[in-house]
Amino acid sequence: MSTRSAFAALAFTLVAGTASGEGPNLGKPITEGEIAPWDISIMPDGTGLPAGSGTAAQGAKIFAERCSSCHGDNGKGTEFGAAIVGGPPRATLDGGKTIRNYWPYATTLFDYIRRAMPYPQPNSLRNDEVYALTAYILSLNELIGENDAMNAQTLPQVRMPNRDGFIIRFPDRI
Amino acid sequence: MRSFMRKLDAGASAVAENGLIDRRALLGQGAAIAGALGIAPALATGAAAEPLANAPLADGPWSLEVGTAMRPYQVPSRFEKAVVRSIDNPDNLPRNSRARTPHHHLQGIITPNGLHFTICHGGVPDIDPAQHKLVIHGLVKRPLVFTLESLARYPQTSRIGFVECGGNSAPLFSNEPLQENVQALHGLASCAEWTGVLLSTLLEETGIDPAAKWIIAEGADAPHLSRSVPVAKALDDAMIALYQNGERIQPEQGYPMRLWLPGYEGNMNVKYLRRLKLTAEPAMSYYESRTYAQILPNGKSYRFYFLQEVKSFITAPSHGHVLKEPGYYEISGIAYSGTGRIAKVMVSADGGKSWAQAALQEPVLPKAFTRFRMPWRWDGGPAVLQSRAFDESGAKQPTRAEFVALRGETTKPPSVLAFPSQHFNAITSWAVDAKGTVRHVYA
Repeated sequence: MSTRSAFAALAFTLVAGTASGEGPNLGKPITEGEIAPWDISIMPDGTGLPAGSGTAAQGAKIFAERCSSCHGDNGKGTEFGAAIVGGPPRATLDGGKTIRNYWPYATTLFDYIRRAMPYPQPNSLRNDEVYALTAYILSLNELIGENDAMNAQTLPQVRMPNRDGFIIRFPDRI
Repeated sequence: MRSFMRKLDAGASAVAENGLIDRRALLGQGAAIAGALGIAPALATGAAAEPLANAPLADGPWSLEVGTAMRPYQVPSRFEKAVVRSIDNPDNLPRNSRARTPHHHLQGIITPNGLHFTICHGGVPDIDPAQHKLVIHGLVKRPLVFTLESLARYPQTSRIGFVECGGNSAPLFSNEPLQENVQALHGLASCAEWTGVLLSTLLEETGIDPAAKWIIAEGADAPHLSRSVPVAKALDDAMIALYQNGERIQPEQGYPMRLWLPGYEGNMNVKYLRRLKLTAEPAMSYYESRTYAQILPNGKSYRFYFLQEVKSFITAPSHGHVLKEPGYYEISGIAYSGTGRIAKVMVSADGGKSWAQAALQEPVLPKAFTRFRMPWRWDGGPAVLQSRAFDESGAKQPTRAEFVALRGETTKPPSVLAFPSQHFNAITSWAVDAKGTVRHVYA
């Protein structure tokens, strides 16, 4: 269907005020409460961040137990897991995209750790643990103080150095 | 002999320097021209070097005995063992896994399902289709959940189109040409017929809040892979694909359903799709904020590149092939553009000094592989083969020099498995030396 006909169809739906009477209508209504266990997206403004809190000291302990086998002692990296600290001041085509020199938003750390890590047991950490690991990584990279707690209020406030380093390639496609 | 052939090329049938021939010269009239000039037809030329063609005719053992029983799901001949994907993580170590398409062994535009490229970021999930659900929620009027059974009852649409990893061809960001074949260089792109439900159909039923500008797509795989897609693309031509080349999508390709965004960066075509959340802003997931952002020479980076731009490469002859003797060969390759149809493909045999227009094999479909062909009579001397594609929007494939001036290159050769950057779409060059050896060069 072309964009125009899709918009036309949507407009018809809105005017008719029904759930698309002509369509199959085989989707089952579901509430946001029922979706919550799957709704793990965290937005840069902090939308989606759950209750909970964690510090770098707590995170260091969890990291040593759950993460260092791949990401190395103190996050220095191994053959399998990227280093989460160190690296060059600037990324180039020779490599070196790091959390400190590249990632635009700290919220992405929480989102990615929770949904994808630890690699063999994704989405298994408690929210407090994810906050603690996020705090540990940000602290190792000297982006927050070592005693700063990360939670739904503080994490979106962390200013990443490369936040403004990006150009949208094709703005008219968004 | 070489000078004689050059003389032939300069005659009526030549369309560019160094042996490119007018394809019409090969159809009837061409045979007459070749005969008049005393040039043996192509097949007879090749036969001189092939003992088999000179041997007496006899029944092979397969003609003298009953063959084997059939298999429920047939597989290629045992003589085609080389025609497989290259696997970069065969032991499923804890890292990404990639399988690349062997373009140098394939013809036409459809990639067989077993040879379609794929990348998984946490192994291949073993999803029970009876347990799989797709949720659409967020800035919609009615959040809905769909089962595979219910989606299979919706109006189905079939469309042929390519999927290409944003990192396909990344080895060509190397400052020196890596000596690797077309599978290693360009194997992260494939083309198939996809069948499924248009996403716009489902969004008609959920309704869309006017504030929604993005859709966060998420998979049911271990990394819960997540990408933000503009609503505009979702309403244009996005599909919830259930079938690939007529059969259910295979597990490495997203079973039981994947998002298919014709012409857009492979990683956005979320496999194992389980959730679509409409939002006002992008999520800035790991893959869009880090991995699929492209570093530029000035230190800034592109984000939201999305589009796989116009591109082509020659698949035969290509790096690793050896031409056994001078004579006729068909130059063949694939061209595609995420913008629409391929308008034309130009081919050069002299490193871009002269060009001739290749024949485009029908069908020529938007956002799909298009097969191009160009007759070539190799005179046994050095040649550099190139293809350059143009799409219907007027976009043309850049030379590598033009491309790296804008997008940069490495300062030292990387691993062929590395991804220095993404969205490389410049011209690929294959050099043929006097021994017939074909290798990757920059020209």
